[in-house]
Amino acid sequence: MKDYLQDLNKAFESRVRLGIMSALMVNEALDFNAFKELLDVTDGNLASHTRALEAEKYIRVEKSFIGRKPNTKFSITPEGREAFELHLSALETLLKNVGGGEVER
Amino acid sequence: MTTNNALTDLAEIRSIMERSTKFLSLSAASAILAGVYAIAGAVYVSGILEKGDPEPRQFLLVAGVVFLLALCTTTWLSYRKAKKAGQKLMNRAAIRLLVNFAIPLAAGGIFVLFLYIRRFSSLIAASTLLFYGMALLNAGNFTFSDIRTLGLSEIALGLLAAALPGQGLLFWTLGFGALHIIYGGVMYRKYEKQ
Repeated sequence: MKDYLQDLNKAFESRVRLGIMSALMVNEALDFNAFKELLDVTDGNLASHTRALEAEKYIRVEKSFIGRKPNTKFSITPEGREAFELHLSALETLLKNVGGGEVER
Repeated sequence: MTTNNALTDLAEIRSIMERSTKFLSLSAASAILAGVYAIAGAVYVSGILEKGDPEPRQFLLVAGVVFLLALCTTTWLSYRKAKKAGQKLMNRAAIRLLVNFAIPLAAGGIFVLFLYIRRFSSLIAASTLLFYGMALLNAGNFTFSDIRTLGLSEIALGLLAAALPGQGLLFWTLGFGALHIIYGGVMYRKYEKQ
């Protein structure tokens, strides 16, 4: 039985989304530039991933202005936190089970 | 998903969480108090100056006392802030902040000591402001970004002090006194006022 694999969330399969969620777990809010620096991604790539996570209601987007410059802030939603924690436990379970038995490829 | 993928994912998550964590227990009130100590020190030094025939060692002593008081206050108030938020004062973010702050500052301290020994006293005020500004600029990456702006202001003031020698005490009062009180106030309103 491998039903723990079902807890692995498809929404977090890309490296960029994993990064966005990890960073938001430990920060109240981060803006677009902070992610660009942290994850080393292009604007377009980052925007498509934040849109996807927003569509899942895992992150909240808040647009404002600092002076005249637009500023987009992202923060994690309770649903997002829960989903990500579930994903983390699934990853851990996967590794634990493999460590004790067969190695799957 | 293969186990290798799961391992890289977990490693990646851990690394991003660590790298993106900023030290947010820094207390704004301690910046205001540091500014007050600096102004008190400046007033005391100007008192010595008025009596005439000042001994440079006395200035360094006052500066050292002000620095130590500010350091203790910042540590204590940040400890209280961390405790209130249910966090530890010392964590990876705190250590990264301290190391990045201490390196330019220590270099500056040693440099100023050489200036003193070789009697380039006219550049001491400018150098302390410049190195302190660079330490803040560096440390600002690991805490509230306002610290970077404070660092830039100290650097600007340090350059001005280098251009206008003989006004060391005035620039010290502005840089270590006024700027700390202003930034501490701004940060207090921004992050700590409920």
